[in-house]
Amino acid sequence: MDPVTPSLEVARLAFAYPDGHQALYGVDFSIARGERVALLGPNGAGKTTLVLHLNGILTGGTGTVTVAGLPVGKRHMAEIRRKVGIVFQDPDDQLFMPTVREDVAFGPATAGLKGAELEARVDRALEQVGMADFKDRPPHHLSFGQRRRVAVATVLAMEPEILVLDEPSSNLDPASRRELADILRSLDVTVLMVTHDLPYALELCPRSLILSEGVIAADGTTAELLADDALMRAHRLELPFGFDPRSVPTGAGRP
Amino acid sequence: MGAGHAHRLYRHGHSPVHILPPHTKLAAAFAFVVVVVSTPREAMWAFALYAGLLGLVAYAARVPAAFLLRRLLIEIPFVAFAVLMPFVAEGERVDVLGVSLSVSGLWGAWNVLAKGTLGVAASVLLAATTELRELLLGLQRLRLPPLLVQIASFMIRYGDVITDEMRRMRIARESRGFQARGVRHWGVLAKSAGALFIRSYERGERVHLAMVSRGYAGSLPVIDQVTASRAQWSCALALPFAALVVCLLGWTL
Repeated sequence: MDPVTPSLEVARLAFAYPDGHQALYGVDFSIARGERVALLGPNGAGKTTLVLHLNGILTGGTGTVTVAGLPVGKRHMAEIRRKVGIVFQDPDDQLFMPTVREDVAFGPATAGLKGAELEARVDRALEQVGMADFKDRPPHHLSFGQRRRVAVATVLAMEPEILVLDEPSSNLDPASRRELADILRSLDVTVLMVTHDLPYALELCPRSLILSEGVIAADGTTAELLADDALMRAHRLELPFGFDPRSVPTGAGRP
Repeated sequence: MGAGHAHRLYRHGHSPVHILPPHTKLAAAFAFVVVVVSTPREAMWAFALYAGLLGLVAYAARVPAAFLLRRLLIEIPFVAFAVLMPFVAEGERVDVLGVSLSVSGLWGAWNVLAKGTLGVAASVLLAATTELRELLLGLQRLRLPPLLVQIASFMIRYGDVITDEMRRMRIARESRGFQARGVRHWGVLAKSAGALFIRSYERGERVHLAMVSRGYAGSLPVIDQVTASRAQWSCALALPFAALVVCLLGWTL
């Protein structure tokens, strides 16, 4: 793949639900290969709607989404779904097979992988999230943090071009949160992280986008955006009590 | 729920019965039940022999008799009506301990009881030596329609999740002082059931979304292909064949 092709390009994307509710009003942005970007926005800003456009679950609005040079549309749907790995917020929704191993194998097996190759793929993905020892466990016997990590592995097993995480830190205790951060930092893949956990965004993503009322309201370095009080307040993004983004060492957020 | 690492019906072990491939065991149990059901009810000795055969399997599987008998209790509600048959059936009657019973009713009751018990015992043994997960693989291998296998597999996966949701709803109800006492409270319980249905339905949609996102297009890929050697098949089918011999003897003698 040509290294200058962006992993993800969204152009003038607008979408209204069948009931008439307009969720997106023309969204434009582009994410280069290997970037880690946070998509920030208050509840109801259209974040989930946007995410579901990235792999063509929702279509029918105007504008285009391009993944690694491939337009999202009916023609390349299988390819697109392989390239865009979405980790949903509730791991119980994501892990639907009886054992961890089968769940991680689901994506690659659907894409036609078999035998030793499939097994190697599963092992590698579980290795990357540190869950190799839990291969034959049923997902509902894992802790929440472990389930979230397996959910990430299910997507990594497809070797995606871009990893899209929906609220990755929600419901995690601080240790699981840090473990997940370490894992995400160690991955050599483009990441789009949808969140309103601002310190987490600052920790992991050098760049942030703010989605508000269906448009990209700001696009810049995470540290600068978080430090802009007026901007944050205008979009209902609040930092946790006592958290000052300016006090965080500048090294944070760098890969 | 969900605390153990295997289903309650399963009994962990490494016996020769445990290691047989699941589809051979399924086929053997099914064939055994068919043979038992087609045995004439008058050949009472045949049923004793069947029980003996199952006893041998239980011994080989190292399933203790107490475990087996306890699991057999599940049968009670299903055979309860068999007990009524001698009292209500028509025809010739005999006196047992001063009670007048119907002869055909007695035979009918015996028939249901004996065949039912043997069938349940075979299923209990199957469940005790085969993990749920493996049973699904076996069914898949035996060409059960994939849709049914998928439904069963989701039932196993989400049974605990939904039970847990139900438990949380109950705790939430009780924390607000609710206690189900009598008919007046059924409305609340019915609404909870409705809410649970809608939640499960919505979860179903989210799960489907997650599946589609990973390339699901209507069929689950076969990840584990179970295979059985000729020796394993003959080992598993020894049970129904032995039973078949008994059955044929029952018809001819």
